[in-house]
Amino acid sequence: MQALYAQLLVGLINGSFYALLSLGLAVIFGMLNIINFAHGALYMMGAFVAYFLLNNDYLSIGYWPALIVAPIVVGIFGMILERTMLQWLTGLDHLYGLLLTFGIALIVQGVFQNYFGSSGLPYAIPDQLKGGMNLGFMFLPVYRGWVVIFSLVVCIATWFLIEKTRLGAYLRAATENPTLVRAFGVNVPRMITLTYGLGVGLAALAGVLSAPINQVRPLMGADLIIVVFAVVVIGGMGSIMGSIITGFALGVIEGLTKYFYPEASNTVVFVLMVLVLLVKPTGLTGRAA
Amino acid sequence: MMTKSIASFLLGTALAVTTAGAAFAQDKTVKIGALSDQSGLYADLGGPGSTLAAQMAIEDSGLAAKGWKIDIISGDHQNKPDIGTAIARQWFDVDKIDIIVDVPNSGVALAVNNIVKEKNGVYVNSGAATSDLTNAQCSPNTVHWTYDTYMLAHTTGQALVKAGGDSWFFLTADYAFGAALERDTTAVVTANGGKVVGGVKHPLNTPDFSSFLLQAQASKAKIIGLANAGGDTTNTIKQAAEFGIVKGGQKLAALLLFLTDIKAIGLETAQGLNFTETFYWDMNDQTRAFSKRFAEKMKSNAPPTMVQAGVYAGVRHYFKALEALGGNPHDGAKVVEKMKSMPTEDDLFGKGEIQPNGRTIHNAYLFEVKKPSESKGPWDFYKLVGTVPGDQAFTPLSESKCALLKK
Repeated sequence: MQALYAQLLVGLINGSFYALLSLGLAVIFGMLNIINFAHGALYMMGAFVAYFLLNNDYLSIGYWPALIVAPIVVGIFGMILERTMLQWLTGLDHLYGLLLTFGIALIVQGVFQNYFGSSGLPYAIPDQLKGGMNLGFMFLPVYRGWVVIFSLVVCIATWFLIEKTRLGAYLRAATENPTLVRAFGVNVPRMITLTYGLGVGLAALAGVLSAPINQVRPLMGADLIIVVFAVVVIGGMGSIMGSIITGFALGVIEGLTKYFYPEASNTVVFVLMVLVLLVKPTGLTGRAA
Repeated sequence: MMTKSIASFLLGTALAVTTAGAAFAQDKTVKIGALSDQSGLYADLGGPGSTLAAQMAIEDSGLAAKGWKIDIISGDHQNKPDIGTAIARQWFDVDKIDIIVDVPNSGVALAVNNIVKEKNGVYVNSGAATSDLTNAQCSPNTVHWTYDTYMLAHTTGQALVKAGGDSWFFLTADYAFGAALERDTTAVVTANGGKVVGGVKHPLNTPDFSSFLLQAQASKAKIIGLANAGGDTTNTIKQAAEFGIVKGGQKLAALLLFLTDIKAIGLETAQGLNFTETFYWDMNDQTRAFSKRFAEKMKSNAPPTMVQAGVYAGVRHYFKALEALGGNPHDGAKVVEKMKSMPTEDDLFGKGEIQPNGRTIHNAYLFEVKKPSESKGPWDFYKLVGTVPGDQAFTPLSESKCALLKK
């Protein structure tokens, strides 16, 4: 029984990353109708920016500022992508956006791999979050606890911003009917660019969070992105709350699989995806299109 | 690169056709295929660095000046046996290569082993770990350089059991390599009076090990044996530190660690780990000189790993055999027989020999990872703690089930 609690908690930790990443995807898909395959590469860039901030010849910027700086840097990169490339795909079939972002992901990963190889770079856990505490049923590293709490806060804040504030209402309205919202004097293209930047920033934030746990390596996002897409599909494309809940839930299910039948741990998510699609093709919380 | 190799291939065949009537021994064309994981989790320990090592072997052999025409092509097997065998077949059938080198990933390596035998090529494997290549699945066309799972088990594994680590829990990569390493290490543990209390098989390329580490922690085993490699091992070690495994009194046995892995983990976390390699760049003047030349040509400026060093040494020895034969007979089994009949000697691995089963025998070294304060340069990572002579490190012929030995 103790082992079970421990596995549930570990599942929640991994679920935090799934939730943060699928949240960004859901925001981008829900507001921009873009299937952002570059998400994994942008997550990786977040981790690398944190690494560069710390390890350069000029100034050594640690983990805490990186949590803010890295998402902004990568977010700006994302906004440039949106301005220069993605915006021209508005109104076209989803497939175009998917192919474009997939291509961007391959290029970004290729460039990083060319310069940094595949084994990755070390990034230490910040001193304040080192160590761990004994919960009785398991030894919980402080950093992992921090990841769960921090991502929960970020997820809920994002949900609140989009679903409950006036700004969010503008956004949702702009998605429904851009022409009308424009008529009210709202700069819709700028809002869309900023939204893409926000989604990308969330990916980069997840990258910074994961840097001390995983290796900072060019393919860290590529390994994760397929699972995250499965999470989004299960949760319902574009549903903010759906992707948050599914992210955490799937982390837990994956964690349990690692305990009961480890060999299947990297396929269980996809099995679930197939089952959900068979029963409810719009995903758990999705509405029919 | 491609057009160049096609051109030289045409030239090569033309030469072969014109000289075919005279004698095969006059043929001085060679084509090398470097097959590796070029972009995945093993790319840094083999990959482009292995191709570079083979190129340097060509240059250093001085054969071009003696009228030899040597070409090299490289391929990415992506850690998938089906892709590896497809490339190998195409190389033999279409590109007419003579020798395949490197091939990390035991699953791919064993699959390619069969193709090379079928096509009567030469196979100098340096990247794969499975001891089956020179044991149950040995082949007259195969030479296995650098290391194998038997060696890892009988050096690192044995040293740990003798130091009191008599109960083991395995974290094993779920494919041919992990299975072979766990099997060989289990044999050593039980033979030395220890016991294996459990284990878990994880999928290749797993980002998060916390679940498995908790199971290892709960097992109360004194030693947690890592029967995995590359990115999987670095992630395990990093996360084990996070979960306080070593502080809790359990010891990690990183059965297979490469130079590039230590770089990825960082000395802060990796310090004190014991492991075995057969080559380290900072062993003596020769290894340092070679590594300096190598690192200058690498984009990352990394010195060679033992796998890359093994590719270099293996190709050099292959050339020696060809020279002794007076030309390239394009008969893999014949060349490998010649390679086995000559003692090996090179700057990187020193003196050694190739056993009848294809196993190269050379010294193995027990290392300990330095503390950050002891490291004087960007790649100064290892402290030598012991040397195991080749005949004690590798499978004794009496224990080998290789069919080639029964003649």
